[in-house]
Amino acid sequence: MNNEVVRLKDVFLNLNRIPILEGISFSIEKNDFLAVIGPNGGGKSTLLKIILGLIRPDSGEVKVFGRKPEEARNLIGYLPQHSFFDLNFPVDVFDAVLMGRYNGIFKNYSNKDNEAVENALERVGMLKFRHRQMGKLSGGQMQRVFIARAIVRNPKLLLLDEPMASIDPEMQSSFYELLSKLKEKMTIVLVTHDVGVVSAHVDKIACLNRKLFCHGPPEVAAGILEDVYKCPVELIAHGIPHRVLKEHDKK
Amino acid sequence: MIEFLQYQFMQNAIIAAILVSIACGIVGTYVVIKRIVFISGGISHAAFGGIGLGYLVGINPIITAIPFSLLSAVGIGAISKKIKVSEDTAIGILWSVGMALGIIFINLSPGYAPDLFSYLFGSILTVPASDLVIMLILDLIIIITVFLFNREFLAISFDEEFSEVVGIPAESLYILLLCLVALSVVVLIKVVGVILVIALLTIPAAISKQFTHKIKKLMILSILTGILLTVFGLWLSYLFDLASGATIVLVLGGAFIISSLLKNSS
Repeated sequence: MNNEVVRLKDVFLNLNRIPILEGISFSIEKNDFLAVIGPNGGGKSTLLKIILGLIRPDSGEVKVFGRKPEEARNLIGYLPQHSFFDLNFPVDVFDAVLMGRYNGIFKNYSNKDNEAVENALERVGMLKFRHRQMGKLSGGQMQRVFIARAIVRNPKLLLLDEPMASIDPEMQSSFYELLSKLKEKMTIVLVTHDVGVVSAHVDKIACLNRKLFCHGPPEVAAGILEDVYKCPVELIAHGIPHRVLKEHDKK
Repeated sequence: MIEFLQYQFMQNAIIAAILVSIACGIVGTYVVIKRIVFISGGISHAAFGGIGLGYLVGINPIITAIPFSLLSAVGIGAISKKIKVSEDTAIGILWSVGMALGIIFINLSPGYAPDLFSYLFGSILTVPASDLVIMLILDLIIIITVFLFNREFLAISFDEEFSEVVGIPAESLYILLLCLVALSVVVLIKVVGVILVIALLTIPAAISKQFTHKIKKLMILSILTGILLTVFGLWLSYLFDLASGATIVLVLGGAFIISSLLKNSS
């Protein structure tokens, strides 16, 4: 019970009368590294926002660290799918990450916060850009800064929405390396539609397309993925040295 | 230039220009970076209702404009979040309803409204000392509020959703920010009038934003730009005997064009 980080029970959500999530029940245990996969529009990002308390479900129960989602936010790090901002916005890399250390009204940022920002920037390899204006970075660099912003408060639960979206290919492996280090200290939930790569790194996979289709280790998930995507899916899994490509059915 | 400074009304006008530039530099920075220019326009026009109310009940319209513009700020913030109305629709409604109320109030008030024109288009040369005191107090409130909440204001301007995730009550702070806009509108009314307020709330910050990406520097630069340009506009209006509010706005507009051209060519 104490190991339960997130628990959803019978969560239903409609937006403009369109069902987004139907009867989602599952829990995430401490130090899980879970990938939520599924097609676009399957409700993955919405699920994260429900865990964050940004969206309230129509019915069902959501507990994060045994509390209401809003009350657990100081334990959560979040990387949104899109961070739209004006490219001329007057903020540099350092100050953007510093916002992740926000600790309450009237509580100024301290030296400890500054150190945490430098550490986080170091980890994503962006420390040398700390005085650069946010809008003057490339898409991949921005994403790395937003990852730093998500991890800067040393969260107990890290929610990443499509973290690979704009990361350059050569950055991907070092990103997974970073995650495998972080994983020792925190529970990680990663949302992606990129099924292939992710399964080699995570412990568990949840397939989401309005309903939760499976929740378990990647090997188990493989078979059910096809139901979610409605087409054969290739998967790279633990303990399998080569890519195992399943043949497409020829009719 | 020396002769220009020796009149009491000119000295008052210059103090007014400084007080106005402080409000504009600080709040205008947020107006520009959070892209709430049109909300601010809506609040400033709605403030006209408060001015009309002042005429009706027979007290200084600047005083009645304060609660009125604060209410409209809270109204715009709350309506667009609570009811399913897009924000620009809410702005349009408030904008026109506020002005209409002002006109009806003035209709109902006895006698003739002699200096109504000055509230619409500004009249920096007739700012009485008592109004300067009100402007100074409002400036102080703005400075203190921004000093206390600058981290929150920056975070909600940059990424509202994320700011909520780290525990900032984003909606309340957004409404607080709109209230600061409302107060600066009141500071500005006497100088440029409700119709031209938006120029001072946007142009100094828009010019300065081209030259720095640190928000503190941006505020200071906006204040200095504001003082320089309003005093220059004031001097021109004195020299050529033109309407002061409109001249100041034209100077601001001209400066924006020149600074953009300079920035782009360099």
